[in-house]
Amino acid sequence: MKFSTLLRHLREGSLSVVRNGWMSFASISSIAISLFILGVFLLLTLNVNNLTKQIENQVQIRVFLSLDISREKIEAIGRSIGALPEVSRIRFVSKAEGLEILRRNLGEDGQGILDEYDDTNNPLPDSYTVEVVDPERIAEVAAKIRAIGDADPDRPIRSVRYGQGTVEMLFRVTNAVRNVGLVIVLGLAFTATLLISNTIRITIFARRREIGIMKLVGATNSFIRWPFFVEGALLGFIGSAVTTAVLLAAYNWLVQSLQLEFGLMMIRLVTVRESGLLVAGVLIGIGTLIGIWGSAISVRKYLKV
Amino acid sequence: MIEMRDVWKIYPDGSQALRGVSVLIERNEFVYIVGPSGAGKSTFMKLIYREEVPTRGEISVNGFNIGKLKPRKIPYIRRNIGVVFQDFRLLPKLTVYENVAFAMEVIEAPRRLIRKRVMEVLELVGLKSKANSLPAQLSGGEQQRVAIARAIVNNPAVIVADEPTGNLDPETSWGIMNLLEEIHFRGATIVMATHNKEIVNTLRKRVIAIENGVIVRDEPKGEYGYEI
Repeated sequence: MKFSTLLRHLREGSLSVVRNGWMSFASISSIAISLFILGVFLLLTLNVNNLTKQIENQVQIRVFLSLDISREKIEAIGRSIGALPEVSRIRFVSKAEGLEILRRNLGEDGQGILDEYDDTNNPLPDSYTVEVVDPERIAEVAAKIRAIGDADPDRPIRSVRYGQGTVEMLFRVTNAVRNVGLVIVLGLAFTATLLISNTIRITIFARRREIGIMKLVGATNSFIRWPFFVEGALLGFIGSAVTTAVLLAAYNWLVQSLQLEFGLMMIRLVTVRESGLLVAGVLIGIGTLIGIWGSAISVRKYLKV
Repeated sequence: MIEMRDVWKIYPDGSQALRGVSVLIERNEFVYIVGPSGAGKSTFMKLIYREEVPTRGEISVNGFNIGKLKPRKIPYIRRNIGVVFQDFRLLPKLTVYENVAFAMEVIEAPRRLIRKRVMEVLELVGLKSKANSLPAQLSGGEQQRVAIARAIVNNPAVIVADEPTGNLDPETSWGIMNLLEEIHFRGATIVMATHNKEIVNTLRKRVIAIENGVIVRDEPKGEYGYEI
């Protein structure tokens, strides 16, 4: 293709968007609306993912040791646990530290309850806090740690806790939300594609006469196709760009106005700065591709003589 | 230039539009195709510009066996055949200039050449001053002139005109005929289907009459031969 021909296709495609004013408006609107819903779910999925990650980072195993074991034994246990490939970090929490953490967690309401305890009569055991590489396999790792204790005749590990049940439940819920979100997003992308290709088909149907005349004066099929590709891509691009701008502006406002409430619930929303590029890329990419694809299938239909 | 050998055209619904037509049209001939409606004139024309393919038989236009042409090659054949219709078939949203330039853009002619040649052709058909008008702003005769300008802008060897005066009043029709004569004079082969008795009987050319899908008459300087 000559460069001047390429320019002609670009010019014709863009002009055609303007010439078919209302049809273009309809196509752009349908792209914008479909992709808006898709964008909402995309942001929702991103936030669920983010939330899951936050929870995953907070998940840890507490290993409580027996009260009557030696310093060496304690260190040996720490080394054995640290040597497990699934363990990412292990930290020793002395009984004094444990008491301190307990006091802090009880907060103001619990002040005084623990006042009579000090270093001399601390009832708490020494413990290890263990973080795992893959939080979803936390039960497995906990079992392995328990096995280390059971293998020693002194039974140096008194208990292993990781919020049994609760953590598994949490992961089941977040996984379900994530999967359902993905299915909805895929379904909406499919619906949007159908809607858009249909709209572009109507645009082209209205111009089948034009295509017929083009063929009559000796236009090759690719020559006829190109302006329609340009037009489809432009419609998709404009529609998705409008959606992206509106969606991100609205989301930014939402994040800022909800920051305080969600912050108190220990939930941090994904910011526009973190997600904006991804959301814009996905929406505009999909929108443009859908536009091209929609015009491609529709043009092919009317190019058969 | 155009040769048909025992050409049959049977449409999917079973109707036999052409039944064993053989004809030879030489370079720079001007031929009228006459006959009653539904006799096969339009099919005859469509076969020449490869809108239809023959069910049987061979057609060669300009040395190409166009019945056996690969679909990919069709556009290149069409560029050597200018087609004019009764209903003009202009693009309503393009100006006169753009409608004519369109046929040159399609063959990727350089822009400067397009500008020069389109103005030349518009001058020939007498519409230079209406270059920036839209088809809807023109009279029927003027629209047909635009269609003819588009048909000849690429200097095709053959002009196929399917009832070019069918929608025009007598006076305007004569203007169109003068234009076709001029194009013929410049070297084009012209095949024109028509119902216009006055034109055929006055501007005497070769007449081929088709009835029921067969050629019933073929005479040089013939007459229309039907009562309207």
